[in-house]
Formats: sequence, structure tokens, C-alpha cells
Amino acid sequence: MMGRGLLGIEDLDRDDIELILDTAQHMKEVGEREVKKVPTLRGRTIINLFFESSTRTRTSFEIAGKRLSADVVNFSPSSSSLSKSESILDTAKTLDAMDPDAVVVRHQVAGVPKRIADVLDAPVINAGDGAHEHPTQALLDLMTVVENKGRVDGLTVTIVGDIAHSRVARSNVYAFTKMGAEVRVAGPPTMMPVEVESLGVKAFTSLREALDGADVVMALRIQRERLSGSMLPSVREYNATFGIDRAKMRFAKDDAIVMHPGPVNRGVELSHDLTDDRPSVILDQVRNGVAMRMAVLYLLAGRKRSRNEEAS
Amino acid sequence: MARVLIRGGRVIDPAVERDERADVLIEDGRIAAVDASIDARDAEMVDASGCWVTPGFIDLHAHLREPGQEYKEDIASGGSAGAAGGFTSICCMANTDPVNDDPSVTEYILDRARNESPVKILPVAAATKGLKGEIMTEMAALVEAGAVAFSDDGRTIMDSDMQRRVLEYSKMVGRPISVHAEDLSLVRDGVVNEGPVSTKLGLPGNPAAAETINVSRDVHLAEITGGHLHVGHVSTGGAVALIREARARGIHVTGEVTPHHLTLTDAETMGYDTNTKMAPPLRGPADVEACIVGLADGTLDAIATDHAPHAVHEKEVEFTEAPPGVLGLETALPVVLQLVRDGRLTPMQLIAALTFRPAKVFQLETGRLTRGAPADVAIFDPERRWTYDTTKGYSKSRNSPWNGKEMIGRVVTTLVDGEVVFHVDRGVLHP
Repeated sequence: MMGRGLLGIEDLDRDDIELILDTAQHMKEVGEREVKKVPTLRGRTIINLFFESSTRTRTSFEIAGKRLSADVVNFSPSSSSLSKSESILDTAKTLDAMDPDAVVVRHQVAGVPKRIADVLDAPVINAGDGAHEHPTQALLDLMTVVENKGRVDGLTVTIVGDIAHSRVARSNVYAFTKMGAEVRVAGPPTMMPVEVESLGVKAFTSLREALDGADVVMALRIQRERLSGSMLPSVREYNATFGIDRAKMRFAKDDAIVMHPGPVNRGVELSHDLTDDRPSVILDQVRNGVAMRMAVLYLLAGRKRSRNEEAS
Repeated sequence: MARVLIRGGRVIDPAVERDERADVLIEDGRIAAVDASIDARDAEMVDASGCWVTPGFIDLHAHLREPGQEYKEDIASGGSAGAAGGFTSICCMANTDPVNDDPSVTEYILDRARNESPVKILPVAAATKGLKGEIMTEMAALVEAGAVAFSDDGRTIMDSDMQRRVLEYSKMVGRPISVHAEDLSLVRDGVVNEGPVSTKLGLPGNPAAAETINVSRDVHLAEITGGHLHVGHVSTGGAVALIREARARGIHVTGEVTPHHLTLTDAETMGYDTNTKMAPPLRGPADVEACIVGLADGTLDAIATDHAPHAVHEKEVEFTEAPPGVLGLETALPVVLQLVRDGRLTPMQLIAALTFRPAKVFQLETGRLTRGAPADVAIFDPERRWTYDTTKGYSKSRNSPWNGKEMIGRVVTTLVDGEVVFHVDRGVLHP
């Protein structure tokens, strides 16, 4: 069941996800108006607490909050507790004392949003933690698939790339399996987490087999520093074996779509032409990202005050 | 003549395989007699009815942090925590600041212990200077100063020749080399056991193979050198099997296992609580099972706490950044008593692993209740329920996965050399 915050898709059940998807559809309509703003969260404060820099996700959350008329404050500690400046929990408690209605947390280490949520009154929304989860990304991916395919149930979704280090992969595995899709993961064995099938997926080291009959092909971003070393021999070999291009898409269903959480390493995970044009739906994902984050903020940041009022 | 009579308890003394209701008479700090009924009216009476009376526990592996990190723990607080946990001898690791790699540090620790600790503190000196794995320590001088063993614990001597020479040289002083066996080049940035849990958590995994590879190397080095290898905090079935096989071949290898590796699995880390971060990490159920079996069949000699205090602010950080380790001295007994309640260990096996067997590993004269032995005694009620609250413990730190948990089994009285140093109602009584 959905709790006070949104820490991961693993915690959600199908009803929660459907509620969020429905809400996001309504929010999308707001974004299509000439005046893209509703007063829903007026007077509410949302803090974007981004320990790891991320212009795209932070901007998406910021626009989402502003379209709901919330006051959005961006707080990006220049460094984590690695620098011994202030512990993450002290930072979080300090912000909590300013009484925000929601705190959106991004951190490069798995589990930090959970630890922050444990000490905060305000609901915490995980905007990506290490290789753990990135729930709003998975929700916007679900939304994009529903828009393009009309359903998720019964689809075959193939996630390709560095599964081991990917929070997007984990959240999408949970999201799509909970909604009835068959999820496959494909990538070099060095980038496959141990016992990945315990997550409820089928694992492939052959891209061709993984793509066979796929309705959705999701390429993951590979960190540049992992492209050559103990994980992979070279960019060229990765692109040849797991890079998606139009030729390889022929293994998938004719109407398969291509997704990517961005930013794309062009010519590495996706060929240039596939990045920009159909069957790529990458910009749909970005567009839906704002609607999805509006939905999540609406459902969570709208709550706290009413709870306080009940108490008083 | 100072006399103490411990009356009416169930006396368990693995040294002589005794397990019966008996009285224990202490004279001048030593065990004078153990018998079904002793009449000694002039003696100070210690009531042990409803309790087990055993040799005081011996911890082969604890970090007392003094000198240098007294904000985490010191010899007084760590010794007090030990007394409250039934430990009468604590072997303290060398990774202090400065490192205990010089007789002056060993002497300092022993001097502090004499003045500050209610229980016996036995320094484990570093095997190499500065724990750097480059130059071996002056083992003869360190033993002369009071070191009972050598260890670079916390670090691993990764250079195999250095490890070989340390095992070889230590034969001269007849003391074991206690190892922290992890292949650090395989551990890399791993912070939780590699397996389904690390995959779920998205945290870097530390594979069981990192331990087994290193234990395998060290067993072979013990074989070619004839040195005494003591494997610290064994956590994997692979390491247990290697030690079992090595012992069968007559290689001088001993081993210890912690209460946490005997009772907790990596599932504990699912909430990202840094108080579940240890080195080696908590493992999966099959490894826990193998450690229990290894303790029961004698492959592993001792239960050692790896008591590793860290300040709250050090643990309240990202999981990857938090220092590994948990408190152990005050909770070891109730935690491992669960293995007896579950029928996995007999009371005799459990007490042997806390007393007689670790004494043998480090060649101590304690760990027994036979006539003439130092009167180090633990008296505990194995059924008594209490809730562990780190804020009320003796340790200066709070990093325990058992904080707030109900414990079954509590130390009632601890005696060192015949003196009561802890009583559950009176607390620690300083020497």
C-alpha cells in the first residue's frame, strides 16, 4: 500500500499504481492548457533536496510543483556527508523544521530517501537513490506505455543495458510486473545483478533473444566511466552487442516502441536516428514526467495539512 | 583469607564437562572447590539459584578504541560493557590511534586497564606496523609487554609473502595470527552480502568468495609455515568448510564466529539501517546455518563479539559511507542463548565456545572453574527477559541492531578474580 511518501514501486500495489496513473492523466490535461497552472497546492511548500545533481529530474519536479501553484524550493547540498560538513539526517531535519509539505530527495547512494523518511514529518518522494529505485520514472514510463499501447497487461517489456547499476531498471521491473507485463532484462553479464531473476524477470545475455516478440524496448543509460574497464571492454563492443538500432529492432514486434530514461548516449545505447524518431517515445516520456510528478505531488503534498487540521 | 561461596546454581564447566547443580567456593581469587553442597559459613554468599554458573566469558575479538578514539569507547566503558555481559577477559584489537604496534602502546593499554577496567583486558597487537602490511611488528617485545595474539584486524594483509612471514615469525613467540580474511580486491566497494538482498537494495555487493578466497590462501600459508592461524569473524559456509578440512589435515587453524553472524541474515539490512552494516557483512540463511553447524561440530572454536563501537554521527550517514561494525559485549549472551533454546547447541557447547575453547585458542589460564583457576565467573539467568536499550548500556556508542529488542537471558553477577565486578541491580562495581 502506498504510504505517506513514495520511496519505491516495490511498496505499491496495483490499485495504488492505477490511482496514480489516473491522476496523472488529469494532470496532463492541465499541461495542455494555455495557462498551465491550477491552484491545487497553493500555499504548500515543496523542497527539492538533490544531493546528486540532476537538471532534468529536478526541473521536471519543479515545473510540476509550480503548475500546481506550490512554492518550490531547490536545495542542492554541494556535497554529501562524505565531506563531513553536515550529515544527511541533520540536513533533512533542518529542512523539516521549516515545515515543508513534501520533500523530494535524490541521492547517489541507495537507501538515503528511506533513512530521511524515517526521521521526517513531511512525506518524502524518492527522485532516485543510487541503484535502488526511481519510482516516478517508472510511473511515467508506465503512463507512456499505456498511452502508446492502450494497456500494460500481457505486454513483453525488454530492458537493456546496465541493469546492475540502474535504479530505473529496478523500479520498472516492479512497475511492469505488478501491472501484468512480462519483463525481460538483457545486458552483458558484468552488468547483471546477482540472482536478478529473484526480482521476477527473465535474464538474457543475447539481445536478439531478449527482443524476440517484445512490445516495449527500454534502453538504459550507461555511465561513461563504466564503458571501458572491468565491466566492459569498449564502447564499440557494447554498441555492437547491446546498442539498439533499427536493424536490431526487427527482432522485436513490428509495432514495438523504444524508450530511454535519458539523457541518451547517442551511438552507444541507441542509434542516432532511433533516438529522435518513431518508434522512439523518449519525448513522450519527458512530457509525461511532468504530469506524473504533478500527480504524485498532488496525492502526497496535498495530504499533510489536512492531517494536521484533523489533529487540531 | 577472602572467601566467596556461589550457592545453588547450575554449574557448567566445559573444562571438565561438568553440568550439575553445585556450589562454587572461591578463596583468594581462585577456585577452591566445586561440589554439590559446600558448607562455608564465613564466606561471602552469592545466591545463584535459578541461574547458570559458568566460567567468565572470554572475547577474543573486541574494539575498545583506546587510545585515540575515546569518543566511541574506552577501556573503562568497554570493560564495563563486558562485565555487564558476563565477559571477564576481553582481547582488544590493535586498530587504535596510535596503532598497538609498539610495546609502549601495549603497556599503556594494560596500565589503563589496571586502573579503569572491571575486567581483564588482553591486548592483541598489530601484526604489521601501522597495520600497513609492510613491516612486521616486534613480536617478541610485544609478547613481553603483554600481547596475547597478533592481528591487523580491520585490514587484511593482502601481500601473500607478508602474510606468510608473519605466520612464520609468530611461531617464535608461540602466539596466533588472527586474521580479517577478506580479499579486498574482490570486496571493492561492497557493503552488503552479494545476493538477492544486494540486488534488491541496489547497494554494492560483497561476495562470500571474498572471504573464502582469503581463508583458502591463509590456510595454505599456515600449512607451509606451521604457524597458528586464527580466522576472525567467520561468516561463510565456504570458510567453515575450508577450516574443517584444514583441521582434519592437522593444520593449526582455529576460528571464531560472532553472535550476529550466527543469528542474523542479510535480510536485516533491508531497511538500510547502518547498524546492520558489518565487515564481513551479514550473509544469507545458508551461510548462517553453516556457521551454526561449524560451531556445533567444533570446526569453529569460539564465539567472539567483534564489539565495534561507532558514534551515532558516524553511523547516521549514507549506507556506503558508514563504518562497519556493531556493539556486541552486552548482548552476546542473550543473542546466542537462542541457539540453545532452538536446540542447535547444547548448553555445554555454547558455554565452551564462550569460555574454555577461546581460552585454549589464546592460551589463557582462565575459562574454567577447576580448582586453582582464577575465579572469573559469570552467573546468569537464562530465562530472564529484558529489553536492550543502548542509551542505558555501558558502551559509549549505540550502534546495535538489537536496540529496543527483547532479550532472553541476563547476566546477574560477574566475578573477576573472586571479586564481584557487576551485579544486575547494582551495576558495574569498579575495582
